[in-house]
Amino acid sequence: MGLNLIVLVKQVPDTQNITGEAMKEDGTVNRAVLPAIFNPEDLHALEAALTLKDTIPGTQVHVITMGPPSAIQVLKESLYRGADSVALVSDRKFAGADTLATSYALKCAIEKIGNYDIIFCGRQAIDGDTAQVGPQTAEKLNLNQITCVSNIEKVDTEKRLILARRSIEGGYELVQAPLPVLLTITDEGYSPRPPSVIKVMTFKNASAEMSEEKYDESYIDSKVEQKSNQAINLWDINAINADPESCGLSGSPTKVKKIESVILVSADIRMVENSQDAISGMVHELIADHTLG
Amino acid sequence: MENFFLDNEDILFQLDHIDLDRVIAFKEDDFREAQKYSYAPVDAADAMDSYKKVLNIIGEISGETLEPLAAEIDEEGVFLENGEVRYAKGTKLVMDMFAKADLMGFCLPRKYGGLNFPTTMLTIAGEIVSRADASFLNFGLQQDIGETINKFASDQQKASVLPKLASGEYGSSMILTEPDAGSDLQAVNLRAHQDANGNWFLNGVKRFITNGNGTVGLVLARSEDGQTGARGLSFFLYTRDKHMKIRRLEHKLGIHGSPTCELQFNNAPATLVGERRRGLTRYTMWLMNSARLGIASQALGIAEASYREADKYAKERIQFGKTIRELPPVYEMLTDMRVAIEAGRTLLYETAKIVDLKEGLEHMKEKYPERSAEFKSDIKKYSRLANLLTPMIKAYNTEMANKAAYDAIQIHGGTGYMQEFNVERHYRDARITNIYEGTTQLQVVAAIGGVTSGAATALLDEYDSENYSYAPALQKKLQKSRLDFEKALIGVKEADNEDFLNFHARRCVEMATDLVQGYLLLRDAEYSKRKMRIAEIFIEKMQTRIHMHMHYIIDGGSTFLKNFSDVIG
Repeated sequence: MGLNLIVLVKQVPDTQNITGEAMKEDGTVNRAVLPAIFNPEDLHALEAALTLKDTIPGTQVHVITMGPPSAIQVLKESLYRGADSVALVSDRKFAGADTLATSYALKCAIEKIGNYDIIFCGRQAIDGDTAQVGPQTAEKLNLNQITCVSNIEKVDTEKRLILARRSIEGGYELVQAPLPVLLTITDEGYSPRPPSVIKVMTFKNASAEMSEEKYDESYIDSKVEQKSNQAINLWDINAINADPESCGLSGSPTKVKKIESVILVSADIRMVENSQDAISGMVHELIADHTLG
Repeated sequence: MENFFLDNEDILFQLDHIDLDRVIAFKEDDFREAQKYSYAPVDAADAMDSYKKVLNIIGEISGETLEPLAAEIDEEGVFLENGEVRYAKGTKLVMDMFAKADLMGFCLPRKYGGLNFPTTMLTIAGEIVSRADASFLNFGLQQDIGETINKFASDQQKASVLPKLASGEYGSSMILTEPDAGSDLQAVNLRAHQDANGNWFLNGVKRFITNGNGTVGLVLARSEDGQTGARGLSFFLYTRDKHMKIRRLEHKLGIHGSPTCELQFNNAPATLVGERRRGLTRYTMWLMNSARLGIASQALGIAEASYREADKYAKERIQFGKTIRELPPVYEMLTDMRVAIEAGRTLLYETAKIVDLKEGLEHMKEKYPERSAEFKSDIKKYSRLANLLTPMIKAYNTEMANKAAYDAIQIHGGTGYMQEFNVERHYRDARITNIYEGTTQLQVVAAIGGVTSGAATALLDEYDSENYSYAPALQKKLQKSRLDFEKALIGVKEADNEDFLNFHARRCVEMATDLVQGYLLLRDAEYSKRKMRIAEIFIEKMQTRIHMHMHYIIDGGSTFLKNFSDVIG
């Protein structure tokens, strides 16, 4: 019997390949020099889901992202690799969402799909680095969660159990949980597959119907739409039946007080002689200046 | 993010200026398949867009994954274990990626799961892959066998193997060479016989078979008892079973990732492809021509990799208080490499396009016999050109790649001789390209007919009639060199001596190649200043080469023929 899998993905600025000054003078992110990419660990999460689809016949993989219209690029990337359906959760009312409001909106989108067995998230995104959205979504759905999963060892569709390898400090542990479950996936165990060129040619012109006035800026070029496939679902706040109060800024208790551009400067290296006295002296010094203790 | 497609400005330039509308029109035949397959193009622009997107993915896999593994693949090599070939770990990984990316049926029709891409795109992809790891091309983008089956085999034969070739489940090999039949394939001796029910069986030994472990093999065998020479040979489709043993793998100078097998056929069942007695003259020749283009692109990839390594090193290496790139002998080598590579690339694409047109026209004629009169003269024209240019570019690119790899080591100095540096591998890998699929000497034999019979002259006339008003002086130089070329040809013909012609054949083919490339580079020069500089450098050096060859043919060649046997005994 096939499984119903949902993967949550995010488009993020590529903080690993910065082509210029990443921060503007006012301390905000300079998006112009940061190309938008598929969040790396989300790509591993997608691979984990697709690997299960390869082995369990009848399995369906649905991908959801929340973001601006440009985020359809990560949905197309998901279709290129074998996702069965994709949805962009996008609405002005989601703007300014912190992790709490984001996980609420994602919960609503997941419930719209319904009847899921496993939800996959990347462990964390390389922009905010909070690693909160996955666990929060699980809580909101009242689901078991296994975080930091490097590999799915086994899925028993009869007994509806999953056995996952979970990375912990200095090793790993095997965790068994009943389905449904939410997993956050690390970049250790799965090597993301390349896009299928056949699917690239099939979906390269896929787009979602959007009205211009909904957004300040639209990355969608309607002129290139040659094949009228409706491969990408667009869900606004009404489509996922979300409460506007819990979305966007109004649903976000996190308030940004100040953004500061911090430049880390490394201090000079101090060499300490390899003797009991010298090391003991250094430890005392570190305790004295409150670095330790 | 390394991407061997996007970082190659000359490939991007060529793709921007190549006109493939007619090739695409034949390949897609009114874009009928767009109704049936979601990934088929709706028009020529859509097809070109798809080609570029696919090359982009190949560029990324090549740059990000294959190239970093290449040294390891070379070091690890291939093994024969319990009668089966084991590829290097890196090879296996990237082969899986290619299969998952649906790239294995690059040129095969969609109905078999292929992409239906033209040969021109395959040559570009072949170069990109080979720049990362030359050995990978021999199985990673091996299309020739599938294409030969698609062109000549029965529907049943096609259905039995093509979908699995396209999915990557099956590998493939062309099984031609024997211990006593290398360049001279007419001497092939592996036996094919029929039982009372008409089933064919193969018996004998084949040697130096690239990827001979592939599930699908095309075997050249002697089917006609007592008939020697080419007329006794037929072509067979063989699918791996227990009746064929891989006896050994060769230990080679280069392309270590590619298994070269010795095969023993023991009453192995096979099926006849096409008609009897046409195994060598028709099917093997077609297969070899297709494979030769592949090797030309493989060589180009090695040359490109060598150039980039050399250029990088020359920028970093400081001697005499400056980078060695500032020293005349070094910058001349680098410039010559780059000019030669771009001369090779422009001729490779021109050749591939002509092959695509020829194949497209033949396909249309077969599909619409009532329109055959419409295609006849073009088929003749492009067949002649394909027969001339294919051996020409195979010879040029493979010799050029050897020179590029040689000079890349020279620029590195002693460092380049060490295994830690990639140029050492490129040098070893390049060395097979001008040997397999026919040595350079055999390419000359294949091309000289077209050079002396007028095909080359007609092509040069056609090029010369184009508008070069943006560079009249360069066109004049080309015309002047053409006079030298014609003079040499007259000299060869007037001698009316077969030995004399054979002796000078290579020089004649090289002169023709130089001129064709001169015109193609001049054509490219219209669109970019950089290309204009390349054309200027190429044409100036070319003039001297052609002049020298002409003089040697007219004035000095006969001395050699008189004396050589006294010298070597």
